[in-house]
Amino acid sequence: MAKRIEASNVSSYYGSFKAIDSISMTVEPKTITALIGPSGCGKSTFLRSINRMHEVLPNARIEGRLTIDEQNIYDADVDVTAVRRLIGMVFQRPNPFPTMSIYENVVAGLKLNGVKKKSLLDDAAEQSLKSANLWNEVKDRLNRPGAGLSGGQQQRLCIARTIAVEPQVVLMDEPCSALDPISTLAIEDLMFKLKDRFTIIIVTHNMQQAARVSDKTGFFSIDKTGDPGRLIEYDDTQKIFSNPTQKKTEDYITGRFG
Amino acid sequence: MGDNPSRSTDANAGGAGVTGRHASPVGIGVSPSSYEEPPFGGGGALPKKSRFSMESGFRGLSVASGAMVLVIIVAIAAFLISKAVPAISADKVNFLSFKEWFPNETEPRFGIAALAFGTVLSSVIALIVAVPISLGIALFLSHYAPKRLATPLGFVMDLLAAVPSVVFGLWGRDVFQAPVADFSVWLNHYFGWIPIFGGEGPFGQSIMLGGLVLAIMVLPIVTSLSREVFQQTPGMNEEAALALGATKWEMVRTAVLPYGKPGVIAAVMLGLGRALGETIALALTLGLVYNISFNLIQVGGNSIAANIATTFAEANDTGRGALIASGLVLFAITLVVNMAARAIIYRRREFRDSAA
Repeated sequence: MAKRIEASNVSSYYGSFKAIDSISMTVEPKTITALIGPSGCGKSTFLRSINRMHEVLPNARIEGRLTIDEQNIYDADVDVTAVRRLIGMVFQRPNPFPTMSIYENVVAGLKLNGVKKKSLLDDAAEQSLKSANLWNEVKDRLNRPGAGLSGGQQQRLCIARTIAVEPQVVLMDEPCSALDPISTLAIEDLMFKLKDRFTIIIVTHNMQQAARVSDKTGFFSIDKTGDPGRLIEYDDTQKIFSNPTQKKTEDYITGRFG
Repeated sequence: MGDNPSRSTDANAGGAGVTGRHASPVGIGVSPSSYEEPPFGGGGALPKKSRFSMESGFRGLSVASGAMVLVIIVAIAAFLISKAVPAISADKVNFLSFKEWFPNETEPRFGIAALAFGTVLSSVIALIVAVPISLGIALFLSHYAPKRLATPLGFVMDLLAAVPSVVFGLWGRDVFQAPVADFSVWLNHYFGWIPIFGGEGPFGQSIMLGGLVLAIMVLPIVTSLSREVFQQTPGMNEEAALALGATKWEMVRTAVLPYGKPGVIAAVMLGLGRALGETIALALTLGLVYNISFNLIQVGGNSIAANIATTFAEANDTGRGALIASGLVLFAITLVVNMAARAIIYRRREFRDSAA
């Protein structure tokens, strides 16, 4: 079900500005990979390059190869919408569709994919909300607006919406940065649970979070403002946080830099 | 003092402003004696509120402006009713159901039915034609066109809104009429079995011509307002749709259109308001016949505003009262339309408000 992602020499640009410089890493199926590093070092850009959301921005382009189970997602004949269905994404700020109810939000992706049968949608909504640990809180008010939930609930609603289309990979771009510690904990619990079914890559500024949830950690950094971000070190989370090989990584995780 | 324009600065700096120094001997807390002084935030008696401040002045101004709206509305309604009532009571036939308009005779006979019908029918045709095109243009400008094309194109749309309605009327009468008449003949030939395209002619100054000219006039309003609301769609919702695997059009359908719906309804209603009240363009393009017919292509059609413009000059006292009564009906129609639009917008208010 979950798939392996392989990036080789991925560089992303905004116009003439190079945001990340030849990133290469392999992400194994059914693992959680955390990307950490100071602001502006290209973590999010790299993440958005994995499901081709980077190119949504004007003048954005990318070089290099990014394969998901040996298939290069940047091949000319690849349907970009298929890539995004395969690789779901949860954003930094909860972004449920404001005009839709909780139920409509969860099934929005399925409806986009042409699922019309009410019973299928109902099942998928219930399953996804249960997977997102939200079902018990919202089962009595599925027709209320999704934007009326609390921030943490909204983010779990967005996760439910993402996993409802059964992706292989789930990308999370600082999913907890707008949430309080209790909601954060709920999302982290959820990530452990989802790991059985999905490959998860998470960008986070919270190093404790990276240490708590991830199997592998990638540390990104830049030399100075205006330089492209680079992957400094990528290894088992345990190793990164106890015995990093790079001086820069050690400085960052011990708080001497960034 | 008079030669010291900036007294307060001098007083703090310990300069020449001697009296100022006496007034505030603290010296901004440099000396130990400042411990005994009250702290910055006060500590003594609070200063009195001044009786005539900018605050109350502005409040008075805005209350007066708000009240002005009510005064104007009441004044207009009172004017319309006071002139209309005598004319309607002099009417020898039922004002609401009679189709023709002879208010200037000794036995005045006039009714609003045909005029109101023509007003609503021409406006509805205008909207049916204009709204889909407007939404298409608005979406193109906000989400599809490259920026260097969208900006000048939007400017041209705004220019179209600035064309005076009499120019549209003249253009409709002298230029647009011939092709519409030809098209009407074609429609009549092939689709004459549908009643709205039936009849034996003549074709030309018809409800269709008036409706199409109105459509062109309504187009820029609906377009620019819709474009505005489409552009305000939160980027993160558009990204959410794209990340779910939506194509561009699916993204527009999932995120942009639902978000913009109340704004689009408001835009359409504004366009309808313009169409209902349009005077000179319709006076120049309609056949100005007092009858009720769904036939769109035969010479005919009339509207309340066009009728006022064309018959006011030769009207006597009762005739003017009758025209004012027709204006009152137009006022009522517009009011109903506006309230209906608000009802639609408020129905899903819960969703809109919680999104903010």
